[in-house]
Amino acid sequence: MENSILFSLRLSLQVAAVSTVFIVLVGIITAYVLARKDFRGKEVVDMLLTLPMVLPPTVTGFYLIMLLGRNGLLGRPFYELTGLSIMFTWYAAVIASFVVALPLMIKTSRAAMESVDKNFINASYTLGRSELETALKVILPLSKKGIIAGAVLSFARAMGEFGATLMLAGNLPGKTDTMPIAIYSTASSGEWSKANVMVILFTMLSGLFLYLSNKLGKRLI
Amino acid sequence: MGLSISVHKKMDGFSLDVEWEMGNELAVLVGYSGAGKSLTLQAIAGLMGPDEGNIRLNDCVYFDSTLKINVPPQKRSFGYVFQDLALFPHMTVNENILYGAKGLDKRESGDALREMISVFHLERLGNNLPSEISGGQKQRVALARALIRRPQMLLLDEPFSALDNPVRREMRKFLLKIRSEFNMPVILVTHDISEAYTMADTMIVYAGGRIVQTGPPSEVFNNPASQEIELLLKSGGLFNYPRIILTAFSKKAAR
Repeated sequence: MENSILFSLRLSLQVAAVSTVFIVLVGIITAYVLARKDFRGKEVVDMLLTLPMVLPPTVTGFYLIMLLGRNGLLGRPFYELTGLSIMFTWYAAVIASFVVALPLMIKTSRAAMESVDKNFINASYTLGRSELETALKVILPLSKKGIIAGAVLSFARAMGEFGATLMLAGNLPGKTDTMPIAIYSTASSGEWSKANVMVILFTMLSGLFLYLSNKLGKRLI
Repeated sequence: MGLSISVHKKMDGFSLDVEWEMGNELAVLVGYSGAGKSLTLQAIAGLMGPDEGNIRLNDCVYFDSTLKINVPPQKRSFGYVFQDLALFPHMTVNENILYGAKGLDKRESGDALREMISVFHLERLGNNLPSEISGGQKQRVALARALIRRPQMLLLDEPFSALDNPVRREMRKFLLKIRSEFNMPVILVTHDISEAYTMADTMIVYAGGRIVQTGPPSEVFNNPASQEIELLLKSGGLFNYPRIILTAFSKKAAR
């Protein structure tokens, strides 16, 4: 198999895995706050975090360029401080996947946390347990199904992320060309047999991943 | 010494305005559904904040709207058994009971667990999940969990409502035995009149968010303060019996 295909495959897995780790961490905390806390502007925060799910990925990518590009809101001070740019690196692909897939984690986890019977939470409080202990020992274990489903969906979404990644990380062969981007550029340049191999490989890998995550999910739940 | 409460709370289309006190006894809050009994328990436990009032147990002030004191539920020493028991479905019987042993070190909580297992007859059930044990056993696990850290008071929100009649009768006797063993004030919420009659030292009758009568069960039954209370008491079927049988059916007989 061509080295370029193997590289793209490895990069896709790497980007999806790293972004999923951050998605799970940030997603669980955000979902908990949205599910359990009341504060002004809560629904606006929820709307902003969910927007990437409904916006075209190119629009999300555009916003990310405005934010993280060399002249962006955060990108400029970061560049001036370190001399580095996030754009056109595999980190950029991680950030794009993170932003696009995070809403899936938040939505499913929040729904699972909101469905935890309030009496379990009240029982924990009356037994002298703090909010943190209640969250870790009662709410999270009872929301396990939703959290696992959210993580699986986010990983799958991150693996398949294309538009925002292309905008932010570009299509640099051997550097930022994840499988979806490599398939696009291979097909665009008319290399149909190579594109065929990549598409079949990617489909098989995604199928295998879903099969394994279902099995793992059943064992954990 | 004892519990004194004054709770005023306005909610959507309902207002709770109650004031009462009790000593080291078993008080039963009785009334139709929606009368504010469970809400009162929640206020005492700190799960619901009254708009105004105060809640004191012995020398401790748990809530006082004028002094702006509102102790969180974690810091109040009340054992609470919920109507649906709220046993954590992902924890075994032992884990559920030990979850209540907050503040005890490993050796103390091990000793306390063994004691609870013995007092509540839960031998050989320690590794079972709540879904694998019977209704009466779940009931005893919920009581053990609420009592393991020796709270100052026990609050029971219709704990026997889901049980069959024979198990319910057995649990009533068991609760009276537990109360004398642990020697602490207990509040039992129920809308089962016969349960109230057989268990209460004091009956506190609720209607529409207010207290309509308070007193020993025999007094409440013999002299209902209004026709409304008489109707409520009749709904328990006890008025079908002559007074002399009712007396025999009282708490002492249940013991």
